[in-house]
Amino acid sequence: MTEKYDAIVIGAGHNGLVCAALLGKAGKRVLVLEANEGVGGAAVTRPFADGYSVSACAHLLYQLQPEVTKELGLRPRLAADNIDTIVLGDGGAHVRYSADGIKGVGQEDADRYRAFQKRMQRFAGLLQTYLNKAPPRLGTRDRQSLFTLARLGLDLRMLGREHMQEFLRVIGMNIYDELVENFDSPLLKGGLSVDAVLGTHLGPRSPNTILTYLYRLAGNNGRVAVPAGGLGSVSEAIANCARDSGVTIRTGMPVSRILVDNGRVAGVETESGEQFPSLTVVSNADPKRTIMELVGARHFETRFTHRAHHIRMRGNAAKLHLALDGLPTFEGLDKKDYAERMLVAPDENYVERSFNPAKYGETSPEPVMEIVFPSFRDESLAPTGKHVLSAVVQYAPYRLKGGWTDAAREAFRQTAIRTIARYAPDIEQRIVASEMLTPADIEREFHMTGGHWHHGELTLDQFMFVRPVAGAAQYQLPLDGLFLCGAGAHPGGGVSGAPGRNAAKAILAREKAS
Amino acid sequence: MSNAEVEQRMLRSPFYPRQAELDMLSAWHGWKGYQAADAFYCEDMEYFAIRNSTGVFDLTPMTKYRITGTDALEYMDRLVTRDMRKVQPGRVAYAVWCDDQGQVIDDGTIFHLRDNEYRLCSQERHLDWLTAAAIGFDVAVTEETADVAGLAVQGPTSFSVLSNMGIKGIGELKPFGLMHADFRGSELMISRTGFTGDLGYELWIEPGKAIDLWDALFEAGKLHGIRAIGTHALNLARIEAGYLQAGNEFLPADLTVRPGRTRSPLELGLEWLVDFKKPNFNGRRALAEEKRRGSRWRLVKLDIEGNKAAHNSYIFAKAKRNRAAIGFVTSAAWSPVCKQNIAIGTVRAPHGAVGDSVWVEVYYQREMHWSRVMARATVVDKPFWFPPRRGATPPGPY
Ligand SMILES: Cc1cc2nc3c(=O)[nH]c(=O)nc-3n(C[C@H](O)[C@H](O)[C@H](O)COP(=O)(O)OP(=O)(O)OC[C@H]3O[C@@H](n4cnc5c(N)ncnc54)[C@H](O)[C@@H]3O)c2cc1C
Repeated sequence: MTEKYDAIVIGAGHNGLVCAALLGKAGKRVLVLEANEGVGGAAVTRPFADGYSVSACAHLLYQLQPEVTKELGLRPRLAADNIDTIVLGDGGAHVRYSADGIKGVGQEDADRYRAFQKRMQRFAGLLQTYLNKAPPRLGTRDRQSLFTLARLGLDLRMLGREHMQEFLRVIGMNIYDELVENFDSPLLKGGLSVDAVLGTHLGPRSPNTILTYLYRLAGNNGRVAVPAGGLGSVSEAIANCARDSGVTIRTGMPVSRILVDNGRVAGVETESGEQFPSLTVVSNADPKRTIMELVGARHFETRFTHRAHHIRMRGNAAKLHLALDGLPTFEGLDKKDYAERMLVAPDENYVERSFNPAKYGETSPEPVMEIVFPSFRDESLAPTGKHVLSAVVQYAPYRLKGGWTDAAREAFRQTAIRTIARYAPDIEQRIVASEMLTPADIEREFHMTGGHWHHGELTLDQFMFVRPVAGAAQYQLPLDGLFLCGAGAHPGGGVSGAPGRNAAKAILAREKAS
Repeated sequence: MSNAEVEQRMLRSPFYPRQAELDMLSAWHGWKGYQAADAFYCEDMEYFAIRNSTGVFDLTPMTKYRITGTDALEYMDRLVTRDMRKVQPGRVAYAVWCDDQGQVIDDGTIFHLRDNEYRLCSQERHLDWLTAAAIGFDVAVTEETADVAGLAVQGPTSFSVLSNMGIKGIGELKPFGLMHADFRGSELMISRTGFTGDLGYELWIEPGKAIDLWDALFEAGKLHGIRAIGTHALNLARIEAGYLQAGNEFLPADLTVRPGRTRSPLELGLEWLVDFKKPNFNGRRALAEEKRRGSRWRLVKLDIEGNKAAHNSYIFAKAKRNRAAIGFVTSAAWSPVCKQNIAIGTVRAPHGAVGDSVWVEVYYQREMHWSRVMARATVVDKPFWFPPRRGATPPGPY
């Protein structure tokens, strides 16, 4: 067989597209094969009711890396930028905060919030440098790895002794203790708790939630935007950039297996039986799926497949989409506030309590929610005068006791709507149509195992050097020619483009070295 | 806690009642939870039974796993370093398996019982490793140590003994072959395998028929010098045969804590078992790298001058003083049948090429006081004991 392509990318999620575009820019002939009919993966805009469209998974942009936009020449069109977070309070007493400041709390809390932000941003800044580099390989003589490792040590030292100690102290801690120590306002503590646990199987009292909080901040200093046309427009822009660099993107082409010949990658085969030879295959599918299903255990070694099999990746985030014939009424909000991000998290214990049932395979009777009205500044998503509500609803454990039956999905949809009604009593009257995506739906529709936000829990045991697992943290899997480029690789999920970009660099660097 | 849990005494093999009748020494030790005999009456006599007539060794405590399923071949092929495609049903293969770093976990024998069905026998327990290795394969791994009673029947008259027992077709059984026979309504499996380097067989049967089998065997062997033997006699025979023993020649990688204390198959003289033509097997990457860079250690078989067994000796490149040791002896014995002072050891590469002369420092004690002498030793290639009868089919009647 002759290879028509220097590289084949499995999956046109935004990371697969970033990787393909950068390889294309480097002169490689690249083919992207995507299972779904459209590009973008979980960063996609799609219709869910007659005349209504929504960002089907990711709905806010706060992690896209400047390195990525710069190298691809992307300039995402934003419907709203630097939006506030409004933590909804009873009787219209809300707290609002953003990267720049805070309102609705006492002076003492406001001061402490600024100090807290400053401290967290310093740590997040340290993390940020490492989002855009492959983690160094431990126990190696590779110069780049040693250099990065030395940098890491140096950066830690540069924080200064006190901050370094503080960093090492808090990195494995839970956010709850930190919040309770600092703040009085229940809404503020609730809101920041949500920021730490969105997309994870963690409650604010779980260890490691400072890390997840820092990871969120590291993306863009906590600055949140709403892209015009939904997240799908970001993916489309990246796809166009890839096409401009000569990349071929074919959708509706699910890859059924990665071909292995004599211990190395030889190409891919699609479900329709078509084979595409290539000596480099880059997978945007999650690591577990890539290793265990697309390749198969027999082509790897035992401890490696053992680790891959045990990657923790059971999602908890469901997505609720409501088509509305008009905006619901939230007590205490101005019209312009509908452009902001709203959280249902009345206090830190509420968030922890809503997590509790998830440990036992049950949904939260009183869920945490992140609500936006993406149509508010973007007419492309709903008919004039009508609106779309998009919400992340937690916790909806992937492994639900009794399974995700239609009845279970419907019950959770109602729970979510009831939760909104606590703050916007007229919500039910506004609903024209709705869609509830559980983690099981997300797994099926976006081919992400467990429906997990990050393609693998973002915890210290699956972070940096050991993400997704030891032996694969530098994008290269222990099978010649096979790479990862999606959220399951370093640094993790969110619409950042970082894994895709780092993977492209690793692939190009490897080629140069050989 | 129930009494049973508190007591936890050693298990007894189903052959124990007969062994207890023969036992004159009460010298027992623990073998993976089982009670096993060092010797029953005299370890020298037992050893000579192996070399001159027939020795019967109780294999029941040997760890046994059954591996079944449609992916059984693929599974075994990734597990071990040799090419399992070449091991047909009805054949037995000696094999080693490694961790991801290419370090030996254990060696053992694999019985290809039928299509999609294997038995793995080894010194150590490996359920954890074998189960982890099963992830992603359609196989079931079952521990069956206690479900199968085993006897090794080894020595020049062993063929005659089994023929006497009326086992048809035993003459055609080739080394590393296996066959099934009926034994009083139960399936008796016989393999031409062993740990003595001599003509010999291993018999496998359900525990309920163990005593009957023992009795039939000893009855058939009455005129052929059949004797029960303990571990000490067997160990001497296996050193003569140049076989490795887990815990001696290597430490199972998964039980070893200190870095650098494990061994790869290349460092154990088992390169012939490592098939780099196979695209993947556990440890392949590390072993390919080792082959490129060179190994750290080399296993040596030593023919040593003098007659004092070189137990635990250091090995030196030169006899002079103030020199660093290049390795040490792992097993040593005076071999009665070869009339040779033999040892197996491990030395740092590149020392220890076949034909090299090295020096071993032999320690011995006379009336409390220790002495040491330097003895010259030659690195040899072949097993010390390899009689033609071991390979002959049909084997001759003795
Ligand atoms: C409910 C939810 C809400 C979220 N909200 C946000 C948010 O607001 N902001 C944010 O930044 N992040 C959010 N995230 C996280 C974010 O969506 C993901 O981390 C990110 O989109 C992952 O991008 P990716 O390119 O790595 O993988 P994906 O987007 O998952 O792309 C992988 C692609 O590979 C394709 N694929 C898989 N297997 C095959 C195969 N065999 N053959 C062909 N194609 C295949 C899939 O179809 C998919 O298109 C959210 C996630 C979830 C689940």
